Amino acid sequence: MNDTTAENILEVQGVVMAFGGLMALFKPDFKVKRGIIKAIIGPNGAGKTTLFNIITGFFTPTEGTVRFKGRSIKKFKTHEIAARGISRTFQTVELFGNMTVLENVMLGCHTRVPTSFMASGFRLPGAKRKEEEMRDRALNILKFIGLADKFEEPADNLPLGQQKMLEIGRALATEPELICLDEPAAGLNETETYVASSLIKAINAKGITVLLVEHDMKVIMNISDEIVVLNYGQKIAEGTPEAIRDNSTVIEAYLGSEA
Amino acid sequence: MLRIGKLPIALFAGFIIIFPWVAGKVPAIGNYTDIMVFVGIYCLITIGLGLLMGYAGQISVGQAAFYGIGAYVSAILTTRYGLNPWFCMFIAVLVTGTIAFLVGTPSLKLKGHYLAMATLAFGIIVFIIFNEEIQWTGGPDGMADIPGLSIFGFELDSIEKYFYLVWGFVFVILIFTINVIQSDAGRALRAIHTSEAAANSMGVNVSKFKVLVFVYSAILASLAGSLYAHYLNFINPSTFDLFFSIKLLIMIALGGMYNIWGAIIGAGIITFLSYEWLHYFEEFEVIVYGAILLVVTIFLPNGLVGLPGMLKELFVRQKSNE
Repeated sequence: MNDTTAENILEVQGVVMAFGGLMALFKPDFKVKRGIIKAIIGPNGAGKTTLFNIITGFFTPTEGTVRFKGRSIKKFKTHEIAARGISRTFQTVELFGNMTVLENVMLGCHTRVPTSFMASGFRLPGAKRKEEEMRDRALNILKFIGLADKFEEPADNLPLGQQKMLEIGRALATEPELICLDEPAAGLNETETYVASSLIKAINAKGITVLLVEHDMKVIMNISDEIVVLNYGQKIAEGTPEAIRDNSTVIEAYLGSEA
Repeated sequence: MLRIGKLPIALFAGFIIIFPWVAGKVPAIGNYTDIMVFVGIYCLITIGLGLLMGYAGQISVGQAAFYGIGAYVSAILTTRYGLNPWFCMFIAVLVTGTIAFLVGTPSLKLKGHYLAMATLAFGIIVFIIFNEEIQWTGGPDGMADIPGLSIFGFELDSIEKYFYLVWGFVFVILIFTINVIQSDAGRALRAIHTSEAAANSMGVNVSKFKVLVFVYSAILASLAGSLYAHYLNFINPSTFDLFFSIKLLIMIALGGMYNIWGAIIGAGIITFLSYEWLHYFEEFEVIVYGAILLVVTIFLPNGLVGLPGMLKELFVRQKSNE
């Protein structure tokens, strides 16, 4: 038991999520090994985003447990889960549009460089030092995601591709062990998609486990180590990209049985 | 939008320092120093309310109640128990802060405008208590003989002296609040305003921050109430009614809620309107306020401080059309 928890950063077990009569998820059990890129795919409405919302504490599942580093996350609120090392991006970009690029990433440092209301109000020396530390961290991340020259732009002014990068950067600022990316390539052109894929690989190379929801099959097949396929809230397949590509159930779910 | 330079603060401080002297020289505005004491008192409230509304995106319709609690706690403790006014002011802050915490915690956990509803009800209840608990508050007749303030035996017995005390408070609070806005806490607040979901998943404890700012705004209102009571030496419930809460909201809306200077400009204009310039309107004063609120919300969503930016944008657009 112990060696499996050390190996698996995330375990989803017996999770059922019902919204009234609608069964959004029904026991799609799977595990995520530490250090890999795992993709969740499935047709629209398969429950992928719902699963993300459960993992990050937005929803409490009707049944079942999600374990992060061996511990159930049921008791924790979203911000506590973030502090414990799970970060995420959103399907529809949820940046702080009126804040600058730098400020967006600095906010991500919120849990790692704790400051108090009083200390900042009285501008105590410690508060000033922490502010500088956050700035340095944020600038480093902006260099990593390639947006360092845009640090003073309001986030709203960036094109979609860069907004998506920035969202990933903001998530990285929380220093996650597991990062959940909800359709990072959606709406991006070919070049932007290539940049996004390289960035995801670079993040993974830093030792951060990546859980990915994506529709772009090229991205999925290129970068993921393992794939889980959902359909109508249930897991219909799991395995390596090669295995999934040839899986008849998966093809049927996507294209219908006639194909 | 974020950077608040030292120069405007210094210029404003200069203006405040020479104000009583200038007002003393010009007979036409001789009473303006007195009005400016009230502007300062209201600024304390609007700075807190501006932070709550403009930055954290929450509406409170009960600030008059916190203002009143501050005033009444100070008045009751000083007149009935003869305690030191400064100590009473501190107790008032503790009492108000605790009450705000109790009102805010449940209503801020919910999404939407529950805080507005809760504070609306709270304000009405507190107003009734001020009127009905006659053995404590004197009822509608109010309380008189509230002592003035002194600092180390130096009596603040003139309008000018009190003017500097009140504005001293305003500047301390102004600088404190600006520091908060420009720190991690300020970023967290603005983040909450834009997207609670994103703020939450970045590790911001959204409900804690909302409660914190609400309590802070209540404490500032309480402080203002105590200063008011010791200045006028008399209070009665009508000062702390629902209409005053709404007037505070008009101040914020007029000045501009996304900028801390908006709170000060709004407080200044509305106070001068109601104390000095709107006397001709008598009972119809309310209509003027209504008109101001209507015009501002339709044409000036960022308030008067947003006006230069709007004009600039208009000018640029005109240019590019040519």
